Amino acid sequence: MSSLTELSAVEIARRVRAREASAEEVTRAHLARLAVVEPSIDAFLSVFEERALASACRLDADLAAGRPVPPLAGVPVAIKDVLDIEGTPTTCGSRFLESYRPPFTATAVARLEAAGAVVLGKTNMDEFAMGSSTENSAYKKTRNPWDPARVPGGSSGGSAAAVAAGVAPLALGTDTGGSIRQPAALCGVVGLKPTYGRVSRFGLVAFASSLDQVGPLCRTVEDAALCASVLCGPDPHDATSANEVVPDFGASLAGGARGLTIGVPWSFLAEGVETQTMAAFRESLQALEAAGARIVEVALPNAGHAIATYYIVATAEASSNLARFDGVRYGYRAPGARDLRGMYGDSRDHGFGAEVKRRIILGTFVLSSGYYDAYYVRAQRLRTLILADFEAAFGSCDAIATPTTPTPAFELGEKTADPLQMYLADIFTVPANLAGIPALSVPCGFSGGLPVGLQLLGRAFDEATLLRLGHAYQQLTRHHLARPALAATS
Amino acid sequence: MPKVTVETVDHVARLAHLCLTTEERELFARQLQDILAYAERVQAVDTAAVEPMSHARTSQTLREDEPVSGLATEVALAEAPDAANHLFRVPRVIGG
Repeated sequence: MSSLTELSAVEIARRVRAREASAEEVTRAHLARLAVVEPSIDAFLSVFEERALASACRLDADLAAGRPVPPLAGVPVAIKDVLDIEGTPTTCGSRFLESYRPPFTATAVARLEAAGAVVLGKTNMDEFAMGSSTENSAYKKTRNPWDPARVPGGSSGGSAAAVAAGVAPLALGTDTGGSIRQPAALCGVVGLKPTYGRVSRFGLVAFASSLDQVGPLCRTVEDAALCASVLCGPDPHDATSANEVVPDFGASLAGGARGLTIGVPWSFLAEGVETQTMAAFRESLQALEAAGARIVEVALPNAGHAIATYYIVATAEASSNLARFDGVRYGYRAPGARDLRGMYGDSRDHGFGAEVKRRIILGTFVLSSGYYDAYYVRAQRLRTLILADFEAAFGSCDAIATPTTPTPAFELGEKTADPLQMYLADIFTVPANLAGIPALSVPCGFSGGLPVGLQLLGRAFDEATLLRLGHAYQQLTRHHLARPALAATS
Repeated sequence: MPKVTVETVDHVARLAHLCLTTEERELFARQLQDILAYAERVQAVDTAAVEPMSHARTSQTLREDEPVSGLATEVALAEAPDAANHLFRVPRVIGG
């Protein structure tokens, strides 16, 4: 890895601001890194070499002309291929959108670019963000940089692999049930799912609208704070974006762990956590305790129902959202249909992969007459109970800690035949989406040479406390400095 | 819990405008049964007195209702699989 590709986003922006490095030089170094590692990890669906160099050179010219230096000046970023960038492909990992070029740019991407970030390309993902391994992409299988026989997690697996392999210090992902945090944990990087409403969803292809949230993947919590400060804020194009004040997340890092109380829901963690993953989690709690945090036990009595609740709510919303893919206005249309109904059915059957169809079937079922109350409404009621559990728990703590995942990265193909086993990989991440609260995953050690993550959950709109704790943890530990062998040798 | 048959899947697929293959119908019937068996645990919780929650944010931020220009017709049609005379063209809707 050349030295520029080892730097954090904060350090790259500092060097570009100080004119110690040009944005062009930084971009070229990362594009070169991409060319070296991409054959081993298959993280990208498209690479914008020309566009990236043009925006880097434009930024350098602006700096030379003495224009104001934006906060992410010259920072290379990778974007999950579910966020639109005008005039470039957005496939969502689906054949249905193979040739789709959106006529607008997602607010999250526009904010990064306005802040001086340089978009390198779009990353691989489970089709329409449905999956926990990135194996549901219609295009390629992304490999975990720590072990090419294993999945990078999902659905933002391409973004996580790209950051872990040093292709970009920063990437955007989306998180509906853990799709930022789970791949971040399995690839040994940081992932932040902000509070629902913090980041505009405009230009994000919808999976489950009441759960979807955009956020960063990066190697340091400090970078997550910098990126969150740019991403968060209201957007007139998204009525669910929140009008809350966005603090300077970078400034809130300094507080340290002292004086904060961390709750651990031990009974929720009692079963199914792999031994070394649990050992790494316990060690991370000890480190935070040594740094001055107080550790207490909290109860989340309904969290055990979160997976069932989630797969009812999320598939119901997905079946509704994906009704728009009808072969009429954009995307794939099956040739040769005799009538409109046949055209809809064939386009959707040929254009969607198995997991997407499975979720449309499940979601349509739980919304259908006779089952709506028994499944969908009941899941909505459980969602209220899950949120109430969190509100009660935050009465006695400032953040809640769990392992991000019950196991480290599993092997490619290991869970593809059994969708329910794949769903259960999200056990610790889905409660935050159902409750709408923020959550951060930080690398906290290894199990059998594979990274695992510490998850911190916070009160709504209190990302600052999570970032403060995560940063304190990274000041005390060196897990986030470990790099996959892939990165060391090539 | 309901028994999921191939006919259940066929009914739902019709509602969702999905033409599935025979293998998909059989596979999905089996998998849907497994997933619903797992989801059955939600039936064990007494939720009678609990309000359903549709969204994490109850208050929405609505902008002023002022007209703004949207996508131009040619831009909106640019991605259409088939368009003519400033319209989306589709196969026969009625009869056939």
